[in-house]
Amino acid sequence: MPQREPLIFEYSRAGRGASDQWPHEADPAALADLPAALRRAAPPQLPEVGELEAVRHFTRLSQLNFSIDTHFYPLGSCTMKYNPKACNQYAMLPEFLARHPLAPESSGQGLLACLYELQEMLKAVSGMEGVALSPMAGAHGEFAGVAMIRAYHRARGDLKRNEIIVPEAAHGTNPATATMCGCVVREIPIEPEGDVDVAALEAAVGPNTAGIMLTNPSTLGVFERRIEEVARIVHEAGGLLYYDGANLNAILGKVRPGDMGFDVIHMNLHKTFSTPHGGGGPGAGAVGVGARLVPFLPVPLVGREGERYRWLTEADLPQSIGRLSAFMGNTGVLLRAYIYMRLLGREGMQSVGEYATLNANYLMARLRAAGFDVPYPRRRAGHEFIVTLKRQARELNVTAMDFAKRLLDYGFHAPTTYFPLLVPECLLIEPTETESKDVLDAFVSAMSQIQKEAEQEPARVTTAPHTMPVRRLDDVRAARQLDLTWKPTPP
Amino acid sequence: MAFIPHTQADVAAMVDAIGVARIEDLFDEIPPGLRIKSLAGVPTALNEMEIGRLMSERARADGAPLSFIGAGAYEHHIPAAVWGITTRGEFYSAYTPYQAEASQGTLQMIYEFQTMIARLTGMEVANASMYDGASATAEAALMAVRANRKSKAARILVPATVHPHYRRVAVTTASNQGLKFEELPYCSAEGITPSASLARYEGQDITALMVQQPNFFGRLEDVDALTDWARARGILVIAIVNPTSLALLKPPGEWGARGADIAVGEGQPLGVPLSSGGPYLGFMTARMEHVRQLPGRIVGRTLDVAGREGFTLTLQAREQHIRRAKATSNICTNQGLAVTAATIYMSLMGPQGLTRTAAAAHARTRELIAALTRVPGVRLAFPGPYFHEAVLTLDRPVAPVLKSLSNRGILGGLDLSGYFPELGNALLVCATETKTLADVERYRAQLTEAMQAARAA
Repeated sequence: MPQREPLIFEYSRAGRGASDQWPHEADPAALADLPAALRRAAPPQLPEVGELEAVRHFTRLSQLNFSIDTHFYPLGSCTMKYNPKACNQYAMLPEFLARHPLAPESSGQGLLACLYELQEMLKAVSGMEGVALSPMAGAHGEFAGVAMIRAYHRARGDLKRNEIIVPEAAHGTNPATATMCGCVVREIPIEPEGDVDVAALEAAVGPNTAGIMLTNPSTLGVFERRIEEVARIVHEAGGLLYYDGANLNAILGKVRPGDMGFDVIHMNLHKTFSTPHGGGGPGAGAVGVGARLVPFLPVPLVGREGERYRWLTEADLPQSIGRLSAFMGNTGVLLRAYIYMRLLGREGMQSVGEYATLNANYLMARLRAAGFDVPYPRRRAGHEFIVTLKRQARELNVTAMDFAKRLLDYGFHAPTTYFPLLVPECLLIEPTETESKDVLDAFVSAMSQIQKEAEQEPARVTTAPHTMPVRRLDDVRAARQLDLTWKPTPP
Repeated sequence: MAFIPHTQADVAAMVDAIGVARIEDLFDEIPPGLRIKSLAGVPTALNEMEIGRLMSERARADGAPLSFIGAGAYEHHIPAAVWGITTRGEFYSAYTPYQAEASQGTLQMIYEFQTMIARLTGMEVANASMYDGASATAEAALMAVRANRKSKAARILVPATVHPHYRRVAVTTASNQGLKFEELPYCSAEGITPSASLARYEGQDITALMVQQPNFFGRLEDVDALTDWARARGILVIAIVNPTSLALLKPPGEWGARGADIAVGEGQPLGVPLSSGGPYLGFMTARMEHVRQLPGRIVGRTLDVAGREGFTLTLQAREQHIRRAKATSNICTNQGLAVTAATIYMSLMGPQGLTRTAAAAHARTRELIAALTRVPGVRLAFPGPYFHEAVLTLDRPVAPVLKSLSNRGILGGLDLSGYFPELGNALLVCATETKTLADVERYRAQLTEAMQAARAA
């Protein structure tokens, strides 16, 4: 990979600039009405660089990244599948980009038709009665979901229900979301085979239970086999079931959360429906709900009357939890998900879960055959699985982090490390359906090679990576000697 | 199909290695009664050529009207290089930079973004972005409650001149945690928040005061007086600002004697297309003493084991994947791609380009206001300074006039009657540097006709 690229500020020269991009200078008299006391004293210190310099700089920065387009990226729980180029190209048609969010519905029927059909398709794949598209990330969808659960209990005058139950292996966003919604979190344990401890659940539910948040397959990569019993227990106690859609790719087209008994779900469109991860976003976290929660959906929704589409707002849904974004969430991301779903169609949609599961189970079988340990050897993998390097850490002093860093040298992005917290020295590996057998085989070879290195010259692994633009970074220094904005060094 | 590359021979070898007969056997842990046979609600597949045609038809149906709507989302020129680079696969298809060594491009870009946003706002520290301006405003309210340890009331004063959608998002986001938002009235003659309206809160426990500059009406608030009043009483100041305006207007870090405590805003004007509302980016900044209360990702510069500079996510102990139920927020993404676009945009504009853009947008709006107020029955609602957006009052209902204009290919602004019924027939209009004098003249001529048509009807 290329080595260090200077900061954009280091290219800056006073008086230089990409002036072809600037508007003509306005008559200074036009600014006379802005009171001096409210004016800025000196122009903001942005970089002064030419267009080619900026283009080279940011192109070079891009080349310092691993990405799906350049590398296998088996980051567990993140579903790093191929992002089809067509989804980007057709979501960025000029009319879509230029449309103002507050433009009248009459100049948005094409867009609204796409969003309406997206709502309908997401209902079909999740088994839900209503879908809202405005949440702008998975965590934002979680917030909407738990807020709806609270609003539902409140509307029934059931004011005590403020406890959210989560399994101990849950994503960190689950308890954080519960707190944001003013709820108290109760954790329940997991059984040795990876299922929720049903007896503990039975003991935990009661008149204060607002609901439970689950992923299925769970964060441990295995299907929650007693899901129907879990649903019955929670419902009988008066609570609702929340489905964290992070792992929906595993079951797409095979089984639907609505049929399992879930009342509300968020779907990470940037995972299952292949919108870009974009270096950390924008995502989209559409929420689906069963009949009981439809009145509480966040606004706006898209409704259809005859052949016309229109926004549904608080006036249409007086019990709505309200608005989550200034306008309509990450609309451009929603268009990409729409295009992806139409490209796959129902036939393609069913093969997603199948091949994601095939790839995960194949990779797990190959790694086990190569001598790696898995914590749930008697279980099928969902679309992802865990390898534990506890033995290597104990015997060779080589950790999961070391394997992860060394994988970078072999040209593979590392799997998720040290999550779930329940399994020591773990790698959570999610290959997705868009990777070929050849890539998976190459990954197994790299893991075996690293194992050999760990046995024969462990320092090679424990000091990895060796081929990246930087070596391991000092995170403690980063947090103690905060350097969050660039300042020129005094001459 | 479905971008799945497997051959039949691959599948045969793979199921064999797993030790099952067919793919279907891998789902044998799912209770059989739950399995679905088909997805009837999803249409059959289109190929790329077919979806291309469908999308092009739908885009064309939406047309390309001449728009004078602002209200929190602004049409600006976007250099071709911005999205040309942003959609490179290495940015587009990477994820949150958990593996710092393999994500230096994204990390350094965010560090540059943080620096530029801090300089633009005159604040000390910026995070890697929030979902949009509204969600950043809501998170700023939550942050203020954490940061203002002397206040126990969780009461936030919110002028009615703050964007009405932002106010609603703040309520949706924060009310479950017990925050109370109290509305400050605006002066109906001036369209700004009078400092005198704060007198009734004298001596009360108030956590924070929000101030939007320019405000929703485009008017300039007396930010120095509002900031000084709050800071003198231990009340935190949350500034909500338009980034383009900051090329000309005093940055929140310099408001009053001591500056705002937190400054947020919508980053869309910085190179992000309108796109019916998103994806945008909310920027979020603060004074350094509050850095540990910021939500979201933050990138820091540090050294690697060989002593070379590098970038990494830092202060992660605030975040949900470490602190779980005690995190500052549940947010775990930023608006990465929109941040990339904004960073490239700010680099191409530089101090001169952004200043010219702000000045050109403001000058064109002044010309627009001058032209439209020559139309009989149209007047400026509020005297006094505004920035690139202003409220007009018509002598008849706004909706039919806008509909008539829309039929003539012009989106004439935002009808405020649903948001501020007390203003009567009020219309919020905006022009930016993308509009020409001919566009302004076309609007004036069409408005004259539309007003006459509305009178005849």
